[in-house]
Order: sequence, then C-alpha cells, then structure tokens
Amino acid sequence: MSIVTVQLGQCGNQIGFEVFDALYTDSHCPQGLCSKRENEAYQASCKERFFSEEENGVPVARAVLVDMEPKVTSQTLSKATQSGRWKYGQHSCFCQKQGSGNNWAYGYSVHGPRHEESIMNLIQKEVEKCDSLSGFFIIMSMAGGTGSGLGAFVTQNLQDQYSNSLKMNQIIWPYGTGEVIVQNYNSILTLSHLYRSSDALLVHENDALHKICAKLMNIKQISFSDINQVLAHQLGSVFQPTYSVEGSCHYRRNPLGIDWQVRPPLPGLPTLGKASLNRGLHFNMSIANLVILRGKDVHSADLGGFKDSALYTSWLEPINAFNAWKTHRAFSKYEKSAALVSNSQFLLKPLDTIVGKAWNMFASKAYIHQYTKFGMEEEDFLDSFTLLEQVVASYCNL
Amino acid sequence: MEEGVVNEILQGPLRDVFDSKQLITDISGSGNNWAVGYKVFGSLYQEQILEKLRKSAEHCDCLQCFFIIHSMGGGTGSGLGTFLLKLLEDEFPEVYRFVTSVYPSGEDDVITSPYNSILAMKELNEHADCVLPIDNQSLFDIISKIDLMVNSGKLGTTIKPKSLVTSSAEAVKKWHQRPFDAMNNIVANLLLNLTSSARFEGSLNMDLNEISMNLVPFPQLHYLVSSLTPLYTLADVNIPTRRLDQMFSDAFSKDHQLIRADPKHSLYLACALMVRGNVQVSDLRRNIERLKPSLQFVSWNQEGWKTSLCSVPPVGHSHSLLALANNTCVKPTFMELKERFMRLYKKKAHLHHYLQIEGMEESGFMEAVSSLSGLIEEYNQLDATKSMPVEDFPRLSIAV
Repeated sequence: MSIVTVQLGQCGNQIGFEVFDALYTDSHCPQGLCSKRENEAYQASCKERFFSEEENGVPVARAVLVDMEPKVTSQTLSKATQSGRWKYGQHSCFCQKQGSGNNWAYGYSVHGPRHEESIMNLIQKEVEKCDSLSGFFIIMSMAGGTGSGLGAFVTQNLQDQYSNSLKMNQIIWPYGTGEVIVQNYNSILTLSHLYRSSDALLVHENDALHKICAKLMNIKQISFSDINQVLAHQLGSVFQPTYSVEGSCHYRRNPLGIDWQVRPPLPGLPTLGKASLNRGLHFNMSIANLVILRGKDVHSADLGGFKDSALYTSWLEPINAFNAWKTHRAFSKYEKSAALVSNSQFLLKPLDTIVGKAWNMFASKAYIHQYTKFGMEEEDFLDSFTLLEQVVASYCNL
Repeated sequence: MEEGVVNEILQGPLRDVFDSKQLITDISGSGNNWAVGYKVFGSLYQEQILEKLRKSAEHCDCLQCFFIIHSMGGGTGSGLGTFLLKLLEDEFPEVYRFVTSVYPSGEDDVITSPYNSILAMKELNEHADCVLPIDNQSLFDIISKIDLMVNSGKLGTTIKPKSLVTSSAEAVKKWHQRPFDAMNNIVANLLLNLTSSARFEGSLNMDLNEISMNLVPFPQLHYLVSSLTPLYTLADVNIPTRRLDQMFSDAFSKDHQLIRADPKHSLYLACALMVRGNVQVSDLRRNIERLKPSLQFVSWNQEGWKTSLCSVPPVGHSHSLLALANNTCVKPTFMELKERFMRLYKKKAHLHHYLQIEGMEESGFMEAVSSLSGLIEEYNQLDATKSMPVEDFPRLSIAV
C-alpha cells in the first residue's frame, strides 16, 4: 500500500526532503535489532510505501513537488540526486516564477485554478505508479502563501478526485512571534478550508520543535535544517511499517488507517458513568491516542498509563480510544523508541491564540485589502472564523 | 532630461551594463520644476517611454516589480518620475511599483524643492505600492561617522580591495571630493539587500511581493523607513564584524536609519528583518525576543515581524541586516516638508514658474497639500493609540 506525498511551498519542500531522507536512512539501517528476514520485510514494506523503483536501481520517492518559485524545488531535487542514495522523479516537479507573496488568496484563488490541471496531472501520474494507493500525505505550512493557499486548494481537489483515499495534511504551525505578519490570517483560512476536505491534520509547531532542539538536543545555533530533521525523525517513527496484528509477521498494510473520525454522542443520551481516580490532575482530554513502540522489549512494555479513563472524554471508553502498534525492528538505531500521536485538547490553546490574534487584526481591517484584491471577501473571513470557533468550542467541551 | 549625467555613466566603468537603446535624454533639463517634468516632458515622451518599457518587459519570463529611483526635490526625477508611476499603473496594473525617493534635506540648495516634493508626494500617495524615503542628510551623517571611525585608527582598519561593487583602492581619499558617490553607494546596498532573498538561496526566502503584503496594512500607509547594518561605504573599509547581536541592536538605532527618524520612540505598524549570511533562525528569534520589549507595536499587530534568511552574505562581510519599518516616525519628515511648503506658498514665491505651464492650476497645489495632510492625520490617529491599553475585541460566540 503506497502513500503519495505532495510537498508544497518552501516549507513543504524543505521538510519533504528531510522526511524521505530519514525514511530511507532508517530502512537501510543495518542494525535493526531483529532477524534478517524481519529486516528485509521491513525494508520491502517501507520501500513499497514511499519509493518506487527505477531502471538503475536508485529508489525514486513517491512525491510531487510544487512551488510557485523555482529556487527551493531545484535545490531539493539536486540535494536528493547528489546524495546518490535516493532521488525524486525527474518530472515530478511543478514550479512557477513569481511566488505567492505570502498571500493565501493569491495561492488559493489565482495559482490554484490557473495550475489545477498541471498539478493534478502530476499527482495522477504518481498515483498510477502505485499498485495500490492507501492515501495522500500533504506537507505544507500555514503561514505563507503557497503552502497554505495552494495547499488548501489542492487538498480540496484531492477530496473531489480521490474521495475514497485518505488525505492526511502535515501542517506547520508558525512561531508565535512572526515569521510572516499576516500568518494568522493565512492560518485561519487554511485551517477552515482543510477542515472541510482533509481527513486528518497532523500538526507540528515551530516553537515546540525549536524547544526540542534547544533544551533536549542542546543545539546552540538552531537552523531550519535542524528543526526539519527533528520533525522528519518524528514522522519517520510514526510512518515506518508496524505489525498489523500482534505477533504476526506481516507489516500493517494501511499506515494512514487511523480512525480519527470520532463523533461525540448525540445530546440526550446518558454519558458513560466512569469512576476516574485522577480527576485532581488536569489532563488535556483526548479523543484518541496512538502509541507506536519500536525495538527491544516492545511486548513487555507497560502501557497502562495510557488506558486511564481520566485521559479520555466522558463519552469514550479507553479501549475504544487507545491503540498501540508494536514492532521489534528498531527505528534509526535506537534500541527502544516510542511515538505518541494524539487527538486531544493539546492544540486548543494554540488554536485559540491564533484565532484571537487574527480576529483582532480583522476587527481593525488591517491587510484586508491585500486579500480582497484577489477575489476574496470579508464574508470568507467570517466563515472561517465561525468554523474555527466551533472547533474550539467542540474541543473545549470534551 | 539633460544629457550630462547619462553621458557620464556611458563613459564610466559600467557603460556596458546599460542598453544604449533604452536611454531617453533631452537637452535643457526641467529647471527644478515639477510641472515641467510632469506636464511638459510627460506628454512629450510618454509614447517613447512606454515603448521602451514594453520592450524590456517582453524580455522577462515573469515581471514582478518596477523599481523607480528618483529625488523629490528637483524637476525631472520628481515630475517625470511621478508621471511614470501613473503610466505604469495603467499599463502594467499587476506589477508592483517600488519607489526609492530621496527627500530634500533641510539645507538643500533648490529653493523650490518643497513645491516639487509636495506635488510629487500626492502621486506617491496614490500610485506607488511601496515607498522607501531616503534623505541626504542622514546619508551624509552615516558617511561622516564611518570616516571618523576610519581615521581615528582605533579599530585597526585595513583597506580590503574590491569588497564592494564599485570599489577602488583609493576610494578613501576620493570620497571627500565626491561625497554623493559614497552616499549613493549606501542606497545601492539597500536595494541589493532588498532583493538578495529573491536572487539567492536561503532557508527562509522573501520575495518582493511579500514586502508589500506584510508591510502595508492599509493602502495609503506604504512608507517604509529603512536601516542597514553594517554600514557600507565606497571605501572598502574592513570594520571588524561586530557581534551578531550588536548588528540587530544597531538596526534600530536612529543613527542607522536612512531618513531622520527614530523608530524606537514611535509606533510600529509592522517590521521586516532581512538577514544575509551565516545567521540561523535561533539567532533571529533570540534578537527579536530581546528587542521586542523596547519597541511599541500597534494594538492589532503586536507581533508584527516579517523575517527572511538568505544564505549568501554581501561581498566583504560575513552577515548583514536590512530592517524595513512601517512606523509613525516618518511623520516628522512629512510635517517639516509641509511647513517649508507653506512658508513659500503663503508668499506665492516662485509660483508663477509653475502656473505658466499648461495644465497647472493653483487647485493642483491645494489638492497636493490636502493629500499630505490626510496622510499626516492617519499617522496622528495611530500615534494617539500608543498609550492606550491593548484590548481584545470580543470574539464570536457559538451555539454548541
């Protein structure tokens, strides 16, 4: 089962490169801490998912690179080729000359329709190379113009054209103290549109990644390259193959098959009566948690803590909300590694903050003329705000 | 509109850089009269200008922006220059118009410069996307400061050959005779740094269209105060690279601004930091955190920073920083200009030179002043919010 990755904008492309590099490096790591046969099965599964084979044996990433200006994509393409270990397809790249000017409206309303056919064709070609497609992984930032605006447009198109395939968007939450002044506008517009067309939004915050580099890794002069590598590492440990059934030797067929679509109970139904022991501690309420363990002693690891009902909202039993995937094969030379993917109130505060800041700016009408000049209206902003306030309220009520 | 300057360029070291077919000159000049530049030469040369522009545009795969470089105080740059703006807006409506304008200093020698400047300001208000005001006095002060540093010998300077585009080993002596060259070099470097992220690779690119998007919150407020560190001169002086953080501090000091302005004590609407060289995102963040508390931002843009990182440093330095600020500190420059205008206008001094040009009427003057007054008023209103507490607007309430 294969995943087709779409990398959009400077951020998406820079990250995409690091992700494929991490995936490749890990799958070809000689110290898998497991049997040779297992290692080979792992490698084969990883390869099928993320790479296709070309004549001379160099694996080709199953990816489409999109950007509205040429510098980053040409750099990304050549970095991959120069590594000699894997590369991007020769014709997998679509780029233009003028950029999107950090303008969501320009990415969505101008570039989107203008280049729809070319981009969707490229994606189609990549899809045809897969024996079976499990879904799309779209990497984009929220703060800029291409990743955010064009990314939202492409995701919508994928929803229309491939409605049976899963779409997961990897979105990058910008630093709180601007990288881009209009980042809050671009973010709320992106999120509200993605909410309608994406199946799952996997979020990484630049501030959090930065802290990891500074505090946990002790890097003195942190570059975007460092940050992207941390991110790629995390993604790799989530997306690399795992067993489908406990104890089985077959790797899970569907890596994106995480069922995040949970609906709260209809009002009026009694909530499950649960005695929770730890109500005193304040947890972020979760709807779903997934733990992925790799390496030594995975089967004897104690995951009881994740099954505490205090972690979960009152209308869910832990058994329905918690999943664990395990595999003996170690990730990236770590003897033991664990990854947690969580759908919880964790992002409530950052989301609320961004909506608040964008709202303040909107109330002053600042920068609105830059968006309306490309066909957007104040209505569109209001729609976005409304949708996101609903999301905030829903998460608040968990 | 006179031949001397263009001819000099054509005989100088850069003669091959310019396409000789793309030059337009006349003989007599505009006599420091905006009306002559705008009305007379404007209509005379309109077709020729358009034709040559179209030719240049055809060579471009993707035309993104025009740079207009002129002064406000004279006749040609000011009059014909601003006439061009309207032309460009009509002919190439989707292409950004960036204007680098040299404003007249207090002691400049052109008596009518206030008239020319105010008449030009109206055009800038209405037809430019972004204006970078510069004034000669500030440039001169910067050059003098560098000269002082060099001559004091305290820093153990050495002359580095060819570290700038137009360099020569005897540059240090030369600049005393030709100060404008050194001053203009600073402006040239401003434009270089502005475009560096579009020309070279970096981990966080910034295109020219992003400047307008991020720094212009309302269409009329498009005047950006610029500052450069480290300071450049024609003399290839190797002032030892100050610590990185010092570079950031310098960018906000009033000595480094290219107009007489003090952004630190006024209100920021937005600020852009364009860094070149071996600087990473953590350096950027550390300095923003450090400097933020001493700066005042408007209530709806408390974190109004736009940043870019370009990996390629400028020639001769390991890193550099260009700061562009949309800040109410431009107000004094405009107010002074208005005052000087009113002093002349009240006496109707030299007015006849303008009114005798066909198409010029006194109402034109009144409209120009009113346009400037409107702009000053906008800045006043923003300044008034400076000491008010920041309040959040009530959010939408949703029925769950």
